[in-house]
Amino acid sequence: MRRVFPILAVLTAVLLSYGLYQALVVAPTETTMGDVQRIFYYHVPSAWTAGVLFFVNFVASIIYLVRRDTRADALAVASAEVGVVFCTIVLVTGPIWARPVWGIWWTWDLRLTLTLVLWLIYVSYLLLRRFSTSGQTPVIAAVLAIFGTLDIPLVYFSIWFFRTQHPQPVIGGGGSIDPRMLHAFFVNLIAFTCFGALVCWSRYRLEVLRREVEETQALESLLEVRGSR
Amino acid sequence: MSYLYAAYILTWVIHIAYLGGLARRYMRLRKEIEELAKK
Repeated sequence: MRRVFPILAVLTAVLLSYGLYQALVVAPTETTMGDVQRIFYYHVPSAWTAGVLFFVNFVASIIYLVRRDTRADALAVASAEVGVVFCTIVLVTGPIWARPVWGIWWTWDLRLTLTLVLWLIYVSYLLLRRFSTSGQTPVIAAVLAIFGTLDIPLVYFSIWFFRTQHPQPVIGGGGSIDPRMLHAFFVNLIAFTCFGALVCWSRYRLEVLRREVEETQALESLLEVRGSR
Repeated sequence: MSYLYAAYILTWVIHIAYLGGLARRYMRLRKEIEELAKK
């Protein structure tokens, strides 16, 4: 993976640049919303990537609870942290789109509120990991992550089952879309997914390295104490 | 148009800030590894 990583990073950078070009130049301007609709090409892929990363966190947390595998725990931490970054982007780009279209930055609409709750759950997860010194922290965090994941289908289906202010899905929702818009959307979706996976992998490697250093430091101080006796 | 640029710029500001934070954490770890190796 170490040899392949730089190649994947370059390919992802190219894909992200191509996605930016497609979103800003090639995709046609939407007739009712105008250029502000182009925020969609970053907002939706960010939401998708956050969802995928939180799902990875869910699977890794289950694996940790079943097998007590520390690598799964490291992956859970990494995916939650990177997922929060993408979810933050969703919560930042959404209101920037809403201001010119709805005339307000924020409303306590079901989908918006559930997305904020999702973000708060994973921020709590990260705070727990950061500040709790209990040996049970990974177990408690894994249980929190599993319950937190339950919010993802609620966020996704909230616009299907409830009357919300959030726009209904155009793709897969029965609406028609210009093929150039669809192309720009899917390029950005793939680019953001690859970018999220690469950042998560880097964070995972960092977490594994951090744990190895902490273990070595603990061993070192133990040997020092023994040596002084 | 300014809303569009604000959204795109903020997206990359957040990503770059996070990647910068990761790089800083990695450098700190490298230093700790070097110090451990000296012992």
